[in-house]
Amino acid sequence: MTAQVITISSGKGGVGKTTAVANIAVALAMDGAKVVCIDGDIGLRNLDVVMGLENRIVYDLVDVIEGRCKLRQAMIRDKHYNELYLIPAAQTRDKSAVSPSDMTRLCNELRPEVDYVFIDSPAGIERGFRNAIAPADRVLVVTNPEVSAVRDADRVIGILEAEEKRSPALILNRLNPALVKQHDMLSAEDVLDLLGIQLIGIVPEDENVIVGSNRGVPVAQDSKSRAGQAFRNIAKRLKGEEVPFIDLEKQPGLWDRIQKMAGGRKA
Amino acid sequence: MNWFGQKRSAQSAKERLQLVLIHDRTDLTPAELDSLKDELIEVISRHVDIDASAVQIDVEHDGRSQRLIADIPLRSVTRRRAG
Ligand SMILES: Nc1ncnc2c1ncn2[C@@H]1O[C@H](COP(=O)(O)OP(=O)(O)OP(=O)(O)O)[C@@H](O)[C@H]1O
Ligand SMILES: [Mg+2]
Repeated sequence: MTAQVITISSGKGGVGKTTAVANIAVALAMDGAKVVCIDGDIGLRNLDVVMGLENRIVYDLVDVIEGRCKLRQAMIRDKHYNELYLIPAAQTRDKSAVSPSDMTRLCNELRPEVDYVFIDSPAGIERGFRNAIAPADRVLVVTNPEVSAVRDADRVIGILEAEEKRSPALILNRLNPALVKQHDMLSAEDVLDLLGIQLIGIVPEDENVIVGSNRGVPVAQDSKSRAGQAFRNIAKRLKGEEVPFIDLEKQPGLWDRIQKMAGGRKA
Repeated sequence: MNWFGQKRSAQSAKERLQLVLIHDRTDLTPAELDSLKDELIEVISRHVDIDASAVQIDVEHDGRSQRLIADIPLRSVTRRRAG
């Protein structure tokens, strides 16, 4: 096995990075992949509660990096999927406890063992973000159809371009089709046109996401949830499957154009 | 447009973002773009006769690449010699 290391980032806080990591990881694990999620948000640990694993933490990321435990010991096995693991963030330390080369070393140790490593990046474009993108083979940028989130996503994309990383793909989260229809929310097409990167998924606003995090059970496990479906589709696209985008906006013609734009711009 | 003749907010969001992103990406503020335009007019006027009031300078984008587009109308074809 040689894992793909995928970092989920955003610039702006609260747009759905942690939600996306938990759900895409669960969706891949449901399909039989071996997945490790790393919570890169040191001091603001969250992925553990979203995945429902907060009671099982003994060691964390900084313990591994500082050699207080073996990598294996910090990998918490998921309750539902045997091949899904979480490496939690340290809660009582700050971001300076980890360096980009620490993250690269850790991921290199994981690569031969698993299929996917997901890194949940903290908000912002500082140290924690740098740590999270250092080992990434791919970066997925999460944004919401809203001015400040799109602007911050553009900054992050610009930084990734400057670092000569492979062009990131976009997850547009919390799209509200009714608002788009009444022209009071940026459409997927608008956001793609503004950011000019490839699209990997559109996730609707869905109250099941909140119910899921209340319970510590990501919505990807809920076959009826629309957001769950969207996250499962993202997982399939990561595996290289061609999955058509769900028509959330139900506007004839529009969706065809998005399908085409989703292929990424060559310019 | 809605009943009050206002643009729907999605349209405003898109137009505002288009401008903001150009400036974020290029580090070029609207004021700097203006002074660039003035200097361009000055330099070009030294060589040809142009209609300064009709000069347009814009940043266009195609995907993530951006280009400066200058539209500089020349006045009639009367030749003038430099110096
Ligand atoms: N598609 C969605 N529908 C409804 N609620 C959502 C959706 N996606 C995320 N949320 C909610 O938005 C909030 C923020 O999500 P999340 O914690 O994943 O963001 P984040 O980007 O990781 O934040 P931070 O920058 O603080 O790490 C959470 O309460 C989450 O349940
Ligand atoms: Mg988070």
